Amino acid sequence: MNRPLLIENGTLVDPSQNLNRVGRLLIQQGMFAALDPSDDDLPEQCQRLDATGCLVTPGLVDLGVELREPGYEEDETIHTCSHAALAGGFTTILATASTDPVIDSHGAVEFVRQKATTARGARVHVLGCLSKGRDGEQMAELGLLAEAGAVGFSDAPRAVPNDALLKRTLEYCRMLDRPIFDRPEVPELATGGVMHEGQVSLVLGLKGLPTEAEDLAVARDVRLAEATDGRLHVGPVSTMGAVDMLRRVKDRGIPVTASCCPHNLLLSDAVMRTYESRFKVHPPLRSPRHVETLRQAVRDTTIDAIQSGHMPRSREKMMNDLDQAPFGISALETALAASVTALLQTGIVDWPTLINRMATRPAQIAGLEAGTLQVGRPADAIVIDPRESWTVDPNAFRSNCNSTPFERMELMSRVSHALVSGEIRFARDEVIAAAK
Amino acid sequence: MTEIPDLDPYVERWNRRHLLDLERLSEDELVTLLDVAQILKDATEGCRRKVPLLSGRTCANLFFENSTRTRNSFSLAAKRLGADTVEFGSSGSSIAKGETFTDTAKTIEAMGVDWVVTRHQTPGTPHLLSRELDCCVLNAGDGPHEHPTQGLLDLLTIRQHRGSFAGLTVALVGDIAHSRTARSNIWGLKKLGAHVIICGPPTLVSQRWQEIGFEVAHRLDEILPRCDVLNLLRIQFERQNARPFPSVREYAALYAMNASRMKRAKDDILIMAPGPINRGVEITPEVADGPHSVILEQVTNGIAVRMAALYLLAAADEKRAHTGLEYQSVV
Repeated sequence: MNRPLLIENGTLVDPSQNLNRVGRLLIQQGMFAALDPSDDDLPEQCQRLDATGCLVTPGLVDLGVELREPGYEEDETIHTCSHAALAGGFTTILATASTDPVIDSHGAVEFVRQKATTARGARVHVLGCLSKGRDGEQMAELGLLAEAGAVGFSDAPRAVPNDALLKRTLEYCRMLDRPIFDRPEVPELATGGVMHEGQVSLVLGLKGLPTEAEDLAVARDVRLAEATDGRLHVGPVSTMGAVDMLRRVKDRGIPVTASCCPHNLLLSDAVMRTYESRFKVHPPLRSPRHVETLRQAVRDTTIDAIQSGHMPRSREKMMNDLDQAPFGISALETALAASVTALLQTGIVDWPTLINRMATRPAQIAGLEAGTLQVGRPADAIVIDPRESWTVDPNAFRSNCNSTPFERMELMSRVSHALVSGEIRFARDEVIAAAK
Repeated sequence: MTEIPDLDPYVERWNRRHLLDLERLSEDELVTLLDVAQILKDATEGCRRKVPLLSGRTCANLFFENSTRTRNSFSLAAKRLGADTVEFGSSGSSIAKGETFTDTAKTIEAMGVDWVVTRHQTPGTPHLLSRELDCCVLNAGDGPHEHPTQGLLDLLTIRQHRGSFAGLTVALVGDIAHSRTARSNIWGLKKLGAHVIICGPPTLVSQRWQEIGFEVAHRLDEILPRCDVLNLLRIQFERQNARPFPSVREYAALYAMNASRMKRAKDDILIMAPGPINRGVEITPEVADGPHSVILEQVTNGIAVRMAALYLLAAADEKRAHTGLEYQSVV
């Protein structure tokens, strides 16, 4: 067991307790043990971590990461992914089933959990397949998957085009108390598209992904959630139409939740003019009007959560023309800084709100005991230097994938430490002070 | 052998290493290209003779999509200037063996070529190549994006007949959605001062063109009396996933340039088509072969503008080697 650890001199930002002040936090036996303990209360052999000038927040929670292992280890492994997550401040990630074989059985869930335990990176929770074989036709064995530890179900990044299947699954899952995650898209309207359909795609001659492909799917999703009273999370969303729809159903008290990605909050489709595959993301970078709408939606809780949108793909796959290159992005290590740059630098939200959208709220959506610094909870926390400005160098990523739309961009704020169960599993520089 | 013209004043005004699209060219650059094309056309007696301005250089044709006329036109242009040519195609080359297009291009560059002329089904590939290769890159068509030398040859043909573009109304008719010819023509025409109408069914002509600053029309008959030039674009069945109109018969009824429509057109209207033409779809034989048609002149002008492009890019490259001047950035 690790020695006790005191994080001191930092600003504790924890929206779950309305905490936003300088304080100190004692961690013992993997749990948050005390808030502002006096020196007399500190145990023997207590390590100290000086967080002067930094923020101490709950570890971030990502609602949908593509792990790619088993089956696509050239893109990413559970090891590289869970360590990339930590470097980006995510102490918990939900892994989607875009693997081969897909995660639609007890054994497959167990495989991922075992590998993640050995990797000693971020906590990895599994999203089981929604459909058997991820074929979008028949319901997977959701009950057994839940027993094996799946925290929710999803065919993401694939959409669920079959309305009847989605409806049945939402109904069935009510007894399992697990959410369904849908990546909203009508595939027939999006065939062959590589970027946002708009003026830029028109001039560049590139096939577009129209906003209505997402809007229609969100409309269907929220209507089915209402009809079944099921737990549904839609995301990532990227359009004004999706936001509008979500706002209306939320006003009516329907408990649908939604998320979006940092790159959709920071970049517009204009960057596609360089024709680089590192901008080929899904959902695509939209026009500035959509970007502005999304930002406001994150502020007013129409969008509950920000997820990284990590979809790693190997370098050789991305070294291709825009039609051939897959949708792919290494996002875990830039998500926080990109969100800060998009939302804090612009004065749209403050730190507690951002931590709510990236830690507290996603933990609630996934039904996890994370996203908080509360005493008695597992000590998953991060230390952020909010003033560090850094230039994104994809070659320094821990992720296998080095394709990022933020390459060479200057972003604001950086994670210096990440703790899982009280253990410092990531430290950008080793600066832990001597024992008492 | 014909006399070698003095092109130095034009080279002075040219600072690009690649010809990727017309959207990014200035009016002055367009005029320079057209002027040099005209000079070279005259010097070669209508693109029939050689002027050995570029002997010893090598032009690689790297075509990932089928092409007959553009490819041969580039080859002839290079040969008329005294350069050697080398041909690469996707079938039978290492592309078919799974090599990426950048690797193929780099291999060809390593063979010591001065220009890579490339055609690819995906927009932006010439732009990507231009950043990877240390030689001149010419776009010979990147999917539905642009086909700059086609745009230039259309401009040259219009200029030969009308002298200038001011006050001219030019309609591009047909499959705009999939047309690289259209996407090159619109920028060239706009910059040189013509009024551009984009005409076709709404499934092939986006309303967004209007937001970008072009007139959009869906009924050919309504705009026909105003047009000085019609450029009839082929329906690219091969690029369409779903038919954007009910039948070829219906399309022809609405958009084909035929004898009865000719009667309602201006007396001096120019009929152009980038080819290959679908007789009976966008144009009837009597119009294609009639007195207003300049379709075959376009083909000859194609060699002229390609000579001009090859020459100016190579000359700028040489100028940079001597002076250390930087190129204009690609993007």
